[in-house]
Amino acid sequence: MATIHDVMPPFELFQPTTVEDTLALLDKYKHDAWVLAGGLDTFDWLKDRNKRPKVVVDLGMVPALKGIKPTADGGLEIGAATTLTEVAKNATVKEKFPMLMQAAELVASPQIRNQGTIGGNVSQDTRCWYYRSGWTCYRAGGNICYADTPSAINREHAIFDANRCVAVNPSDTAPALVALDAKMVIRSLRGGERVVDAENYFIGPAIDIMKMNVLQPGELLVAIRIPSTWAGSQFYFEKVRERQVWDFPMVNVAAAMKVSNGTIQSSRIVVNAVAAHPLRLTAVEAAVAGKPRSEETAKMAGDLAVQGAQPLNHNGYKIPIMKNLVKRAIRGEAQA
Amino acid sequence: MTVSMNSPEQSSVTRRVFIKGVITTGAAVSATAYLFRGPTSVLGQGSLPGSVERLMTLNVNGQQRRVDVMKQETLAMTLRYKLGLTGTKIGCDRSECGACTVLIDDVPHYSCSILTHSVRDKKIQTIEGLESADGTLHPVQQAVVDEQGFQCSFCMSGFIMATVGYLKQNPNPSRQELAHGISGNLCRCMDYDKILTAMQRGAENMRNSRSS
Repeated sequence: MATIHDVMPPFELFQPTTVEDTLALLDKYKHDAWVLAGGLDTFDWLKDRNKRPKVVVDLGMVPALKGIKPTADGGLEIGAATTLTEVAKNATVKEKFPMLMQAAELVASPQIRNQGTIGGNVSQDTRCWYYRSGWTCYRAGGNICYADTPSAINREHAIFDANRCVAVNPSDTAPALVALDAKMVIRSLRGGERVVDAENYFIGPAIDIMKMNVLQPGELLVAIRIPSTWAGSQFYFEKVRERQVWDFPMVNVAAAMKVSNGTIQSSRIVVNAVAAHPLRLTAVEAAVAGKPRSEETAKMAGDLAVQGAQPLNHNGYKIPIMKNLVKRAIRGEAQA
Repeated sequence: MTVSMNSPEQSSVTRRVFIKGVITTGAAVSATAYLFRGPTSVLGQGSLPGSVERLMTLNVNGQQRRVDVMKQETLAMTLRYKLGLTGTKIGCDRSECGACTVLIDDVPHYSCSILTHSVRDKKIQTIEGLESADGTLHPVQQAVVDEQGFQCSFCMSGFIMATVGYLKQNPNPSRQELAHGISGNLCRCMDYDKILTAMQRGAENMRNSRSS
């Protein structure tokens, strides 16, 4: 339960205006620096005193991190600090990758989308309420997972790929970007630029239990590039949540499919909020390739998708939701 | 027991303790002011690119307001406690209720969840800035009065600001579109139906005032 304190504890604030200055600050302060984009995830942490960075680097004054522009290969490059509202309203996004528009539109509330950024949405921390309440769990550097005990309340937690920590990635845009095979452009002062596939940007607790993505101290996600590969293909995005505003997904699904004469040629299908990273369903993708886009294929895909799921005490409901979402993604909206 | 609580000896001690207390409080207040300067002095980096000055000018409701703002201060705190604009309410302080909604460059934002330093060069409008100079209410405010749209009204200024912001993009919304447009605001009196009726009338008032 959030408590209202007077103000946040003090921190040093920097508002650089160029990417270079930002990188210099992140390099100088490394672990002590906290990157502030929209702030919707950040301020909860700071107000609750559960994270106490010495230095906050605000990206809000860096114009180079904002905006959506076409790339030479017919894709798009979205600045990391572009707001979700801008992503949802952009004509090119709508025309080429309507799934990303849908995903951005389904995030939180209008005010949050007006301020929250796409870089922040994909890089946000997990919502595990034990972790966010300041419990010293694995993710916070301790040696226990409070959400995976016999009496734990773990409705929101993982059914796949848990490893000590059972937290999930709560992003709506992340699965859409993985399905679109987006590339995350990361820069640092010393390392220059590196480009990471969205699929590999997100990491689970088996790789690093205290992080949700590959960003190292000093590094900054500057842009997200979406190649033209999946432009104009058939998309499906659906998010299941309890309230139609604000809520994070119980499960969401993002699918991109190339279909000719009713037969699925190739696809990328990703679900989120079931594991610590967006979960790409490669087995399903392989199984539906060459099959007709039919009710039968959809049912098979749904059943296959949830194989190996390991529910906790209170999140078994995610299995039928995920199964049905994958089924609907394969079947498509027309017959839904 | 015959010890009197009002013996001269005891009350003089009490006075002394009281005076000491005042001195201590004064010291604590000055210490607080010192602490709230943040770790600038520790890091000694006032001149790095992107450093910010606490003293700033905010454009609020068309006025230039000089104000001393802590680095960690949210806009809602500055508006309410530095500038006296208490029409902006703080409900949850966590971007979960919408009571603190203000317009920043005509776009609705939760003022509890944005640093005042982040809106230095922006145009801020609060509920106090809606009525015209002669005291005529904004068409949406007038609609709320006419329709008696709220019960306790704690959420009202947030709802009005969210509506005014939304109507700038879509001046002629359907009831459903408007409901979606202002879905980032909560009313714990559960008066949504009346609120929507009032806000729809506000939209109508605005269209009428524009065409007349």
